[in-house]
Amino acid sequence: MNPSSHDADAVIVGSGPGGATAADVLTAAGWSVIVLEKGRNHLLDLEPPYELKGDFSNDEIKFTRRHFLGPDPLLEPRAFRRSDADGDHLLLGEVNNLPSGVGGGAVHADAKMPRFRELDFRLLSERGPIDGADLDDWPLDYAELEPCYAEAERLVGVAGEAGVNPYESWRSGPYPMAPGPDMYGAILSAEAATRMGYHPYRAPTGINTTDYDGRPSCNNCGFCGQYGCPIHAKGDAVASLRRALRSGRCEIRPRAMATEVVLDEAGRRARAVRYLDAVGDGHEVTAAHVVLAGGAFETPRLLLRGGIANSSGLVGRYLMFHFQTYVAASFPFSLHPNRGRTVTHHHDDFVAPNAEDLAAARQAGLPWFSGGTVEHGGGTGPITEALNCPPGPLHKELMRSSMLRDRLWVFTMQGEDMPQAVNRVDLHPSARDVHGLPAGRVTYSPHRHEIAASAYWGPKLEAIHIEAGASWTATTTSPPTDRDSAGAMGWAPVSRHVMGTCRMGTDPRTSVVDAHGRFHDVENMICADSSVFVTSSGYNPTLTIVALAIRASRALAGIQPERRAG
Amino acid sequence: MAAACERLIPADESSGAAAAGAADYIDGLLGAFRFDPPHVWAGGPFSGRAGGEASFSDFTPLDPMDELAWRTRIEGSRGRVEREWNGPVTGLQERYEDGIAALGADFAGLGSADQDARLDAVPEFRSLLYEHACEAMYGPPEYGGNRHLAGWRSIGFEGDVQPRGWSDDEVSEP
Repeated sequence: MNPSSHDADAVIVGSGPGGATAADVLTAAGWSVIVLEKGRNHLLDLEPPYELKGDFSNDEIKFTRRHFLGPDPLLEPRAFRRSDADGDHLLLGEVNNLPSGVGGGAVHADAKMPRFRELDFRLLSERGPIDGADLDDWPLDYAELEPCYAEAERLVGVAGEAGVNPYESWRSGPYPMAPGPDMYGAILSAEAATRMGYHPYRAPTGINTTDYDGRPSCNNCGFCGQYGCPIHAKGDAVASLRRALRSGRCEIRPRAMATEVVLDEAGRRARAVRYLDAVGDGHEVTAAHVVLAGGAFETPRLLLRGGIANSSGLVGRYLMFHFQTYVAASFPFSLHPNRGRTVTHHHDDFVAPNAEDLAAARQAGLPWFSGGTVEHGGGTGPITEALNCPPGPLHKELMRSSMLRDRLWVFTMQGEDMPQAVNRVDLHPSARDVHGLPAGRVTYSPHRHEIAASAYWGPKLEAIHIEAGASWTATTTSPPTDRDSAGAMGWAPVSRHVMGTCRMGTDPRTSVVDAHGRFHDVENMICADSSVFVTSSGYNPTLTIVALAIRASRALAGIQPERRAG
Repeated sequence: MAAACERLIPADESSGAAAAGAADYIDGLLGAFRFDPPHVWAGGPFSGRAGGEASFSDFTPLDPMDELAWRTRIEGSRGRVEREWNGPVTGLQERYEDGIAALGADFAGLGSADQDARLDAVPEFRSLLYEHACEAMYGPPEYGGNRHLAGWRSIGFEGDVQPRGWSDDEVSEP
């Protein structure tokens, strides 16, 4: 590339899993990139030798109560409503706040990194339509993506065990690392699940189990989900960003809020991205190419503000979350879930409905339904536990017995969420963020598929807990299944798995980007985040984001070579 | 304030919220900007309780955006245009002033039933106070609560464990 007429060969909006991967791939190809990150940098020094910062810690107040990873809902309020009938919004403030900062959403996650299955890419063809759901096949298949999955696992550093999960799709090689130690609670729940005919396995996890890529092995501190890792044993997105910086061709600009993609006069090519800095001053970065990777909430928000890349009218639509079914159980003894990686086992039996399951679906008036991978986990901190205990004379006794933390074990089913055009991200008509930009708004209601699937599999998960020795179980969902009650977890989905708002496809009339993430309407701009997902699958999205970002970035740069981490 | 917190998390065989320093915790939050850097986010990566160099007490500096958010949250918008991009914000300081006034100057001397009645009469403030009492009781002591680790010890919680962590056996064994 010849960057002489531009500030960089590519400007990348967002530094999470997708943007970090794009930066890594493109700089390895010899491109210069400038990464605009709207959040703050707590991850790593941006000057040589790019040492890891020491801002992350085992601090429940900082990470769960004081918005350390951002976005601060005062600065960047988001709106939620179930449908137009709720008016402008039902909630305004903290709605699905996937962290915002250098490293993006990856920083907070407990780093579960499963692949999607072969069937996930051709769901419509394999399982057929469902009334009211806008199902479609992806414009690529698993075989095309498999080399990128393998490379993503190497780049991030995924620990796992191949060949033990009967529902996994084929792999071209082993995981880069062996799994870490099994949590005690997971040993009990996995054994119980096995006795009941299910097939639990050690979860693929982007957390080191040995020194890898210059970062240490995890030491099981337990402050994993919702927390940044103090020792950087989590690979995503530290590994990719640091490699990109070390190339000497990557500049990361934190607190750079992208406000506009500037097109050329013909409106077919992007020539720059404008942004506001921390004190509100405006800047423009020119580039030969643009990569949008702000996530499935912020990417459509940026596009809708400028009214670009939207000849289909579908930007922001087909918004999906995972419909999460939480099945909690309290045991008569300590499970010490504060030790380990938060989740060490999954089982996938509910992503592959059998004849009995399908009969239940038909009884519910659906041609089929599908659940999702089930995480076996624990790990709530004592402040969160205390807020779920009542105040007053019984408080201390309940906290000592700790049925909601030390003796608690939880199955979380990441239920497949049907794409629906009516579910969408758009711009709030009056609410503004600190920059004066329209707040983003979620309009979302689950399809009856998700509600029926959750109602069917929830009791089966409760039965596993009882088999494992639980004293009692309780099930809740996010979002709630009852339209008249916010339930235990509030109206808006709490899932940080946000997908589908710039759908991938071959037809510009029915999709926003092509099979390589390139916008149909803007030929030198790609999307490298989960906006492009056609369906949600029943699996955590991060590894698929990284794999798709590798594929899209390579196509953008016209490169094919594979390389290994390190 | 201490008496109200104590009513929400009373002592039994172990310390309640008052002895654990809930009032200091709340005072620390409301007065976060008396310090430089402000006492909003404790430092990292280690407290020193499980090895490593103690750094929690070196609070993380705020950048201009952080400061705008936290001053607005704590002090309120007070009619300042730069804090009212989405309308007026009532700050924590004002909510506490109003809440404490509503509980009454004689609150600490009342019996349990009367204290409960006063708290029940201001449900939003009671809820705010309980949130902060829980944070004070079970959060890291560098924020002013959990005095002498009273909160963690009372529930058998080990607290922060980096950089020591847990051994593989401690993870997997009962």
